[in-house]
Amino acid sequence: MSGLRDPGDGAVYTETVVWAPPQAYAADAPYQLAIVDLDAGNRLTGRIIDSRVRIGDRVRFFEYRNGVAYFRKS
Amino acid sequence: MIGIGKTAFGAFPDRDIRSLAVEAIGNAIEDSSVRPGRIEAFYLGNFAGPSFVGQNHLAPYIGMAAGLSPGIPCTRIEDACASSGSAFFHAWQSVAAGIYDVALVAGVEKMTSQPTPKVTEILAGAGDMSGEGLAGATFPALFAMIARRHMYQYGTTREHLAAVAVKNHANGAKNPLAHMRKVVTLEQVLAGKPIAEPLTLYDCSLVSDGAAALLLAPLDRAHEFTSRFVRVLGVAQTSDHVPLDQKDDITTFGAVRTAGEKAYAMAGLGPRDIELAELHDCFTIAEIVASEDLDFVAKGDGGPFAAAGCTAINGKIPINTSGGLKSKGHPVGATGVGQICDVVMQLRGDAGERQVARHRTGLAQNLGGSGATCVVTILGVR
Repeated sequence: MSGLRDPGDGAVYTETVVWAPPQAYAADAPYQLAIVDLDAGNRLTGRIIDSRVRIGDRVRFFEYRNGVAYFRKS
Repeated sequence: MIGIGKTAFGAFPDRDIRSLAVEAIGNAIEDSSVRPGRIEAFYLGNFAGPSFVGQNHLAPYIGMAAGLSPGIPCTRIEDACASSGSAFFHAWQSVAAGIYDVALVAGVEKMTSQPTPKVTEILAGAGDMSGEGLAGATFPALFAMIARRHMYQYGTTREHLAAVAVKNHANGAKNPLAHMRKVVTLEQVLAGKPIAEPLTLYDCSLVSDGAAALLLAPLDRAHEFTSRFVRVLGVAQTSDHVPLDQKDDITTFGAVRTAGEKAYAMAGLGPRDIELAELHDCFTIAEIVASEDLDFVAKGDGGPFAAAGCTAINGKIPINTSGGLKSKGHPVGATGVGQICDVVMQLRGDAGERQVARHRTGLAQNLGGSGATCVVTILGVR
Protein backbone atom coordinates (compact mmCIF):
# COMPACT_ATOMS: atom_id res chain seq x y z
CA MET A 1 0.00 0.00 0.00
CA SER A 2 1.42 3.41 -0.91
CA GLY A 3 2.19 5.85 1.90
CA LEU A 4 2.97 3.17 4.49
CA ARG A 5 6.62 2.39 5.17
CA ASP A 6 7.93 -1.10 5.69
CA PRO A 7 8.28 -1.29 9.50
CA GLY A 8 10.92 -4.02 9.23
CA ASP A 9 11.37 -6.91 11.63
CA GLY A 10 11.09 -7.09 15.40
CA ALA A 11 10.28 -9.12 18.51
CA VAL A 12 6.91 -9.72 20.19
CA TYR A 13 6.51 -7.40 23.24
CA THR A 14 3.06 -8.81 24.08
CA GLU A 15 0.25 -10.66 22.33
CA THR A 16 -3.30 -11.97 22.59
CA VAL A 17 -5.71 -14.10 20.57
CA VAL A 18 -9.06 -12.35 20.11
CA TRP A 19 -12.14 -14.59 20.29
CA ALA A 20 -14.78 -11.84 20.70
CA PRO A 21 -14.15 -9.39 17.83
CA PRO A 22 -15.75 -6.03 17.08
CA GLN A 23 -18.58 -6.19 14.54
CA ALA A 24 -16.36 -5.24 11.59
CA TYR A 25 -13.93 -8.14 12.17
CA ALA A 26 -16.43 -10.86 13.05
CA ALA A 27 -15.28 -13.04 10.13
CA ASP A 28 -11.59 -12.91 11.19
CA ALA A 29 -11.92 -14.37 14.71
CA PRO A 30 -10.03 -15.94 16.32
CA TYR A 31 -7.05 -13.80 15.31
CA GLN A 32 -3.74 -13.01 17.01
CA LEU A 33 -2.71 -9.43 17.75
CA ALA A 34 0.72 -8.36 18.94
CA ILE A 35 2.59 -5.25 19.95
CA VAL A 36 5.92 -5.62 18.17
CA ASP A 37 9.20 -4.09 19.39
CA LEU A 38 10.58 -3.08 16.00
CA ASP A 39 14.31 -3.27 15.35
CA ALA A 40 13.96 0.37 14.22
CA GLY A 41 13.25 1.28 17.87
CA ASN A 42 9.51 2.01 18.03
CA ARG A 43 6.51 -0.24 18.71
CA LEU A 44 3.64 -1.18 16.43
CA THR A 45 0.36 -3.01 17.00
CA GLY A 46 -0.33 -5.50 14.22
CA ARG A 47 -1.75 -8.88 13.32
CA ILE A 48 0.09 -12.19 13.31
CA ILE A 49 -0.52 -14.66 10.49
CA ASP A 50 0.24 -18.36 10.17
CA SER A 51 1.60 -19.89 13.37
CA ARG A 52 0.99 -18.35 16.81
CA VAL A 53 3.75 -16.37 18.53
CA ARG A 54 4.76 -15.80 22.17
CA ILE A 55 6.47 -12.90 23.95
CA GLY A 56 10.09 -12.68 22.78
CA ASP A 57 9.57 -14.46 19.45
CA ARG A 58 11.17 -12.84 16.41
CA VAL A 59 8.69 -11.74 13.75
CA ARG A 60 9.08 -10.55 10.16
CA PHE A 61 6.89 -7.94 8.48
CA PHE A 62 4.77 -9.55 5.76
CA GLU A 63 2.45 -6.88 4.29
CA TYR A 64 -0.10 -4.15 4.97
CA ARG A 65 -3.78 -4.99 4.57
CA ASN A 66 -6.22 -2.07 4.85
CA GLY A 67 -3.61 -0.07 6.75
CA VAL A 68 -2.82 -2.85 9.26
CA ALA A 69 0.67 -4.37 9.48
CA TYR A 70 0.77 -8.18 9.29
CA PHE A 71 3.74 -10.06 10.74
CA ARG A 72 4.75 -13.73 10.74
CA LYS A 73 7.10 -15.73 12.92
CA SER A 74 10.66 -15.70 11.54
CA MET B 1 -19.84 15.72 49.65
CA ILE B 2 -23.31 16.43 50.98
CA GLY B 3 -25.42 13.82 49.20
CA ILE B 4 -25.22 10.70 47.07
CA GLY B 5 -27.71 8.79 44.93
CA LYS B 6 -27.56 5.76 42.67
CA THR B 7 -29.81 3.62 40.56
CA ALA B 8 -29.37 -0.13 40.56
CA PHE B 9 -26.93 -1.21 37.82
CA GLY B 10 -28.24 -3.84 35.39
CA ALA B 11 -30.05 -4.43 32.11
CA PHE B 12 -33.22 -2.35 32.07
CA PRO B 13 -34.94 -2.62 28.67
CA ASP B 14 -37.84 -0.41 29.80
CA ARG B 15 -35.70 2.49 31.05
CA ASP B 16 -34.21 5.29 28.92
CA ILE B 17 -30.99 7.21 29.61
CA ARG B 18 -32.81 10.29 30.90
CA SER B 19 -34.99 8.47 33.42
CA LEU B 20 -31.97 6.62 34.86
CA ALA B 21 -30.02 9.85 35.38
CA VAL B 22 -33.05 11.68 36.80
CA GLU B 23 -33.62 8.87 39.31
CA ALA B 24 -30.02 9.01 40.58
CA ILE B 25 -30.08 12.82 40.79
CA GLY B 26 -33.39 12.69 42.67
CA ASN B 27 -31.88 10.26 45.17
CA ALA B 28 -28.85 12.51 45.74
CA ILE B 29 -31.07 15.58 46.22
CA GLU B 30 -33.23 13.69 48.70
CA ASP B 31 -30.13 12.42 50.54
CA SER B 32 -28.82 15.97 51.04
CA SER B 33 -32.13 17.84 51.42
CA VAL B 34 -30.84 20.51 48.99
CA ARG B 35 -33.60 22.19 46.99
CA PRO B 36 -32.96 21.71 43.22
CA GLY B 37 -33.10 25.50 42.84
CA ARG B 38 -29.98 25.83 45.03
CA ILE B 39 -27.84 23.87 42.55
CA GLU B 40 -25.56 26.29 40.70
CA ALA B 41 -23.83 24.02 38.17
CA PHE B 42 -24.31 20.52 36.71
CA TYR B 43 -21.47 18.34 35.38
CA LEU B 44 -22.52 15.12 33.61
CA GLY B 45 -20.16 12.25 32.81
CA ASN B 46 -21.23 10.19 29.82
CA PHE B 47 -19.06 8.19 27.42
CA ALA B 48 -21.16 7.35 24.39
CA GLY B 49 -24.82 8.32 24.70
CA PRO B 50 -24.77 9.51 21.08
CA SER B 51 -23.56 6.05 19.90
CA PHE B 52 -25.49 3.84 22.33
CA VAL B 53 -28.88 5.59 22.22
CA GLY B 54 -28.56 8.30 19.55
CA GLN B 55 -28.96 11.19 22.01
CA ASN B 56 -26.64 14.21 22.08
CA HIS B 57 -26.83 17.39 24.19
CA LEU B 58 -27.32 15.24 27.25
CA ALA B 59 -26.49 17.64 30.09
CA PRO B 60 -29.34 20.16 29.65
CA TYR B 61 -31.60 17.31 28.42
CA ILE B 62 -31.14 15.55 31.77
CA GLY B 63 -30.66 18.65 33.93
CA MET B 64 -33.98 20.24 32.98
CA ALA B 65 -35.82 16.92 33.42
CA ALA B 66 -34.33 16.71 36.92
CA GLY B 67 -35.78 20.10 37.84
CA LEU B 68 -32.57 22.15 37.79
CA SER B 69 -32.80 25.89 37.20
CA PRO B 70 -32.55 26.88 33.50
CA GLY B 71 -30.17 29.67 34.50
CA ILE B 72 -27.20 27.40 35.33
CA PRO B 73 -24.46 25.77 33.20
CA CYS B 74 -25.09 22.10 32.35
CA THR B 75 -22.04 20.43 30.77
CA ARG B 76 -21.32 16.91 29.53
CA ILE B 77 -17.78 15.58 29.98
CA GLU B 78 -16.37 12.61 28.03
CA ASP B 79 -13.14 10.89 29.07
CA ALA B 80 -14.02 7.29 28.15
CA CYS B 81 -14.61 5.12 31.26
CA ALA B 82 -13.35 8.00 33.43
CA SER B 83 -16.05 10.39 32.17
CA SER B 84 -17.80 10.88 35.49
CA GLY B 85 -14.55 10.79 37.49
CA SER B 86 -13.49 13.67 35.27
CA ALA B 87 -16.88 15.40 35.76
CA PHE B 88 -16.35 15.05 39.52
CA PHE B 89 -12.84 16.51 39.30
CA HIS B 90 -14.07 19.55 37.36
CA ALA B 91 -17.02 20.12 39.70
CA TRP B 92 -14.71 19.85 42.71
CA GLN B 93 -12.35 22.43 41.17
CA SER B 94 -15.21 24.91 40.73
CA VAL B 95 -16.44 24.49 44.30
CA ALA B 96 -12.92 24.52 45.77
CA ALA B 97 -12.17 27.71 43.80
CA GLY B 98 -15.19 29.37 45.42
CA ILE B 99 -17.14 29.73 42.17
CA TYR B 100 -20.16 27.67 43.27
CA ASP B 101 -21.66 26.76 46.65
CA VAL B 102 -23.64 23.74 45.42
CA ALA B 103 -22.58 21.68 42.40
CA LEU B 104 -24.23 18.52 41.07
CA VAL B 105 -22.23 15.73 39.42
CA ALA B 106 -23.82 12.74 37.72
CA GLY B 107 -22.78 9.92 35.44
CA VAL B 108 -24.98 7.80 33.23
CA GLU B 109 -24.76 5.15 30.51
CA LYS B 110 -27.42 3.10 28.72
CA MET B 111 -25.56 0.24 27.00
CA THR B 112 -27.75 -2.85 26.87
CA SER B 113 -29.99 -1.78 23.99
CA GLN B 114 -27.15 -2.64 21.55
CA PRO B 115 -25.94 -6.15 20.64
CA THR B 116 -22.57 -7.19 22.12
CA PRO B 117 -20.47 -6.84 18.91
CA LYS B 118 -21.79 -3.29 18.48
CA VAL B 119 -21.04 -2.50 22.16
CA THR B 120 -17.52 -3.88 21.65
CA GLU B 121 -17.09 -1.60 18.64
CA ILE B 122 -18.35 1.52 20.46
CA LEU B 123 -16.07 0.79 23.46
CA ALA B 124 -13.08 0.31 21.14
CA GLY B 125 -13.49 4.00 20.27
CA ALA B 126 -11.86 4.79 23.63
CA GLY B 127 -8.63 3.51 22.06
CA ASP B 128 -6.74 4.69 18.97
CA MET B 129 -9.04 3.87 16.06
CA SER B 130 -6.35 4.68 13.47
CA GLY B 131 -3.90 2.16 14.95
CA GLU B 132 -4.72 -0.53 17.52
CA GLY B 133 -8.46 -0.27 16.79
CA LEU B 134 -7.91 -0.72 13.05
CA ALA B 135 -5.84 -3.84 13.76
CA GLY B 136 -8.80 -5.33 15.67
CA ALA B 137 -7.82 -4.56 19.25
CA THR B 138 -10.95 -4.63 21.39
CA PHE B 139 -10.72 -3.41 25.00
CA PRO B 140 -10.50 -6.97 26.31
CA ALA B 141 -7.64 -7.47 23.82
CA LEU B 142 -5.71 -4.43 25.10
CA PHE B 143 -6.04 -5.59 28.72
CA ALA B 144 -5.25 -9.17 27.68
CA MET B 145 -1.95 -7.87 26.26
CA ILE B 146 -1.31 -6.05 29.56
CA ALA B 147 -2.06 -9.31 31.42
CA ARG B 148 0.29 -11.35 29.20
CA ARG B 149 3.14 -8.92 29.78
CA HIS B 150 2.44 -8.75 33.54
CA MET B 151 2.54 -12.56 33.66
CA TYR B 152 5.81 -12.57 31.68
CA GLN B 153 7.55 -9.92 33.82
CA TYR B 154 6.25 -10.80 37.29
CA GLY B 155 5.05 -14.40 37.18
CA THR B 156 1.40 -13.45 37.66
CA THR B 157 -0.77 -16.51 36.98
CA ARG B 158 -4.17 -17.25 35.49
CA GLU B 159 -5.30 -18.22 39.02
CA HIS B 160 -4.26 -14.81 40.40
CA LEU B 161 -6.51 -13.07 37.85
CA ALA B 162 -9.37 -15.46 38.66
CA ALA B 163 -9.05 -14.70 42.38
CA VAL B 164 -10.01 -11.08 41.68
CA ALA B 165 -13.19 -12.18 39.87
CA VAL B 166 -14.12 -14.64 42.63
CA LYS B 167 -13.61 -12.00 45.34
CA ASN B 168 -15.55 -9.27 43.50
CA HIS B 169 -18.47 -11.58 42.74
CA ALA B 170 -18.59 -12.63 46.41
CA ASN B 171 -18.86 -8.95 47.38
CA GLY B 172 -21.35 -8.04 44.64
CA ALA B 173 -23.61 -10.94 45.61
CA LYS B 174 -24.25 -9.00 48.84
CA ASN B 175 -24.87 -5.63 47.14
CA PRO B 176 -28.59 -5.02 46.46
CA LEU B 177 -27.73 -2.53 43.68
CA ALA B 178 -25.30 -4.86 41.84
CA HIS B 179 -25.95 -6.10 38.29
CA MET B 180 -24.83 -9.71 38.77
CA ARG B 181 -25.49 -10.86 42.34
CA LYS B 182 -23.91 -14.23 41.81
CA VAL B 183 -21.04 -16.04 43.48
CA VAL B 184 -18.58 -17.66 41.06
CA THR B 185 -15.90 -20.29 41.72
CA LEU B 186 -12.27 -20.36 40.64
CA GLU B 187 -13.06 -23.36 38.41
CA GLN B 188 -15.89 -21.46 36.66
CA VAL B 189 -13.64 -18.49 35.93
CA LEU B 190 -10.82 -20.68 34.57
CA ALA B 191 -13.26 -22.62 32.36
CA GLY B 192 -14.98 -19.45 31.12
CA LYS B 193 -15.48 -18.72 27.45
CA PRO B 194 -12.29 -17.19 25.97
CA ILE B 195 -12.66 -13.48 25.10
CA ALA B 196 -9.05 -12.43 24.46
CA GLU B 197 -6.40 -14.86 25.72
CA PRO B 198 -5.64 -15.19 28.61
CA LEU B 199 -8.87 -13.41 29.65
CA THR B 200 -12.18 -15.28 29.86
CA LEU B 201 -15.70 -13.92 30.15
CA TYR B 202 -15.28 -13.85 33.94
CA ASP B 203 -12.27 -11.51 33.75
CA CYS B 204 -14.38 -8.86 32.00
CA SER B 205 -16.67 -6.29 33.61
CA LEU B 206 -20.34 -6.20 32.69
CA VAL B 207 -22.22 -4.26 30.02
CA SER B 208 -24.78 -2.38 32.12
CA ASP B 209 -27.29 0.43 32.33
CA GLY B 210 -27.20 2.76 35.32
CA ALA B 211 -26.60 6.18 36.83
CA ALA B 212 -25.04 7.75 39.92
CA ALA B 213 -25.04 11.29 41.29
CA LEU B 214 -23.58 13.36 44.12
CA LEU B 215 -23.67 16.92 45.45
CA LEU B 216 -20.69 19.03 46.48
CA ALA B 217 -20.54 22.09 48.73
CA PRO B 218 -17.66 24.01 50.36
CA LEU B 219 -16.56 22.42 53.63
CA ASP B 220 -17.56 25.46 55.71
CA ARG B 221 -21.14 25.28 54.42
CA ALA B 222 -21.65 21.51 54.29
CA HIS B 223 -23.31 21.44 57.75
CA GLU B 224 -26.13 23.63 56.39
CA PHE B 225 -27.27 20.67 54.28
CA THR B 226 -26.40 17.54 56.25
CA SER B 227 -24.63 16.35 59.37
CA ARG B 228 -23.36 13.29 57.48
CA PHE B 229 -21.06 15.00 54.97
CA VAL B 230 -17.86 13.36 53.78
CA ARG B 231 -14.70 15.37 53.08
CA VAL B 232 -12.73 15.34 49.84
CA LEU B 233 -9.21 15.03 51.26
CA GLY B 234 -7.37 14.73 47.95
CA VAL B 235 -8.23 14.45 44.26
CA ALA B 236 -6.21 14.42 41.05
CA GLN B 237 -6.82 13.82 37.37
CA THR B 238 -3.97 12.80 35.06
CA SER B 239 -3.45 11.72 31.46
CA ASP B 240 -1.25 9.50 29.29
CA HIS B 241 -1.01 8.35 25.66
CA VAL B 242 -4.19 6.77 24.27
CA PRO B 243 -2.52 4.00 22.16
CA LEU B 244 -1.17 1.18 24.32
CA ASP B 245 1.88 0.74 22.04
CA GLN B 246 3.11 4.26 22.92
CA LYS B 247 3.61 3.40 26.61
CA ASP B 248 7.10 2.30 27.67
CA ASP B 249 5.93 -0.29 30.20
CA ILE B 250 2.34 -1.52 29.87
CA THR B 251 2.45 -3.39 33.20
CA THR B 252 2.07 -0.04 34.98
CA PHE B 253 -0.43 2.78 34.43
CA GLY B 254 1.61 6.00 34.61
CA ALA B 255 -1.58 8.05 34.94
CA VAL B 256 -2.66 6.01 37.99
CA ARG B 257 0.73 6.27 39.66
CA THR B 258 0.84 10.07 39.18
CA ALA B 259 -2.79 10.65 40.17
CA GLY B 260 -2.21 8.56 43.29
CA GLU B 261 0.94 10.47 44.23
CA LYS B 262 -0.82 13.82 43.78
CA ALA B 263 -3.94 12.78 45.70
CA TYR B 264 -1.89 11.28 48.57
CA ALA B 265 0.17 14.50 48.76
CA MET B 266 -2.93 16.72 48.80
CA ALA B 267 -4.51 14.59 51.53
CA GLY B 268 -1.29 14.40 53.52
CA LEU B 269 -1.77 10.63 53.63
CA GLY B 270 -0.06 7.54 52.30
CA PRO B 271 -1.33 4.19 51.04
CA ARG B 272 -1.11 2.67 54.55
CA ASP B 273 -3.67 5.24 55.77
CA ILE B 274 -6.33 4.10 53.28
CA GLU B 275 -8.83 1.72 54.88
CA LEU B 276 -10.85 0.71 51.81
CA ALA B 277 -10.73 1.33 48.07
CA GLU B 278 -12.87 1.09 44.97
CA LEU B 279 -10.50 0.36 42.07
CA HIS B 280 -11.33 0.34 38.36
CA ASP B 281 -11.57 -3.41 37.66
CA CYS B 282 -12.79 -3.15 34.06
CA PHE B 283 -10.77 -6.39 33.76
CA THR B 284 -9.30 -8.46 36.59
CA ILE B 285 -5.74 -7.51 35.57
CA ALA B 286 -6.67 -3.81 35.87
CA GLU B 287 -7.43 -4.19 39.59
CA ILE B 288 -4.10 -5.96 40.14
CA VAL B 289 -2.12 -3.28 38.26
CA ALA B 290 -3.96 -0.42 40.03
CA SER B 291 -3.36 -1.97 43.47
CA GLU B 292 0.37 -1.89 42.64
CA ASP B 293 0.39 1.59 41.09
CA LEU B 294 -1.37 3.04 44.16
CA ASP B 295 1.30 1.37 46.37
CA PHE B 296 -1.05 -0.91 48.30
CA VAL B 297 1.42 -3.65 47.33
CA ALA B 298 4.84 -3.73 45.65
CA LYS B 299 5.02 -3.75 41.83
CA GLY B 300 4.48 -7.26 40.53
CA ASP B 301 3.03 -8.63 43.78
CA GLY B 302 -0.61 -7.65 43.12
CA GLY B 303 -1.60 -11.12 41.91
CA PRO B 304 -0.41 -13.11 44.96
CA PHE B 305 -1.74 -10.28 47.20
CA ALA B 306 -5.27 -10.73 45.80
CA ALA B 307 -5.05 -14.54 45.80
CA ALA B 308 -4.02 -14.50 49.50
CA GLY B 309 -7.23 -12.67 50.45
CA CYS B 310 -5.50 -9.38 51.36
CA THR B 311 -8.06 -7.41 49.32
CA ALA B 312 -11.18 -9.14 50.68
CA ILE B 313 -13.68 -7.33 52.94
CA ASN B 314 -11.84 -8.59 56.03
CA GLY B 315 -8.39 -8.29 54.39
CA LYS B 316 -5.52 -5.86 54.88
CA ILE B 317 -6.96 -3.38 52.36
CA PRO B 318 -10.53 -4.20 51.25
CA ILE B 319 -10.83 -3.53 47.50
CA ASN B 320 -14.15 -3.27 45.65
CA THR B 321 -16.46 -4.14 48.52
CA SER B 322 -19.26 -3.04 46.14
CA GLY B 323 -18.48 -5.94 43.81
CA GLY B 324 -16.53 -3.66 41.50
CA LEU B 325 -17.19 -3.20 37.82
CA LYS B 326 -16.95 -6.98 37.58
CA SER B 327 -20.09 -7.79 39.56
CA LYS B 328 -21.74 -4.46 40.39
CA GLY B 329 -21.67 -3.58 36.69
CA HIS B 330 -19.93 -1.04 34.46
CA PRO B 331 -22.31 1.50 32.91
CA VAL B 332 -19.22 3.30 31.61
CA GLY B 333 -20.22 6.93 32.14
CA ALA B 334 -21.69 6.23 35.60
CA THR B 335 -18.73 4.30 36.97
CA GLY B 336 -16.54 7.11 38.39
CA VAL B 337 -19.31 8.74 40.42
CA GLY B 338 -20.68 5.30 41.32
CA GLN B 339 -17.31 4.34 42.86
CA ILE B 340 -17.26 7.55 44.93
CA CYS B 341 -20.83 6.88 46.13
CA ASP B 342 -19.76 3.36 47.18
CA VAL B 343 -16.80 4.74 49.17
CA VAL B 344 -19.10 7.30 50.82
CA MET B 345 -21.51 4.51 51.86
CA GLN B 346 -18.65 2.67 53.57
CA LEU B 347 -17.36 5.83 55.28
CA ARG B 348 -20.84 6.58 56.63
CA GLY B 349 -21.20 2.99 57.85
CA ASP B 350 -24.13 2.34 55.48
CA ALA B 351 -22.70 -0.68 53.61
CA GLY B 352 -24.75 -3.32 55.42
CA GLU B 353 -23.28 -6.82 55.40
CA ARG B 354 -20.39 -5.54 53.25
CA GLN B 355 -19.40 -2.95 55.88
CA VAL B 356 -15.66 -2.92 56.64
CA ALA B 357 -14.48 -2.65 60.25
CA ARG B 358 -12.31 0.47 59.89
CA HIS B 359 -13.86 3.14 57.66
CA ARG B 360 -12.45 6.62 58.24
CA THR B 361 -10.54 6.99 54.95
CA GLY B 362 -11.31 5.58 51.51
CA LEU B 363 -10.01 5.90 47.96
CA ALA B 364 -11.68 5.69 44.53
CA GLN B 365 -9.70 5.16 41.31
CA ASN B 366 -11.38 5.66 37.93
CA LEU B 367 -9.54 4.74 34.72
CA GLY B 368 -10.26 5.80 31.14
CA GLY B 369 -9.34 3.63 28.16
CA SER B 370 -6.18 1.58 28.59
CA GLY B 371 -4.85 4.19 31.02
CA ALA B 372 -5.02 7.52 29.16
CA THR B 373 -7.14 9.18 31.88
CA CYS B 374 -7.13 8.55 35.61
CA VAL B 375 -8.95 10.21 38.49
CA VAL B 376 -8.01 9.31 42.07
CA THR B 377 -10.16 10.64 44.92
CA ILE B 378 -9.41 10.26 48.64
CA LEU B 379 -12.35 10.76 50.99
CA GLY B 380 -12.58 10.88 54.75
CA VAL B 381 -14.78 11.46 57.76
CA ARG B 382 -13.67 13.12 60.97
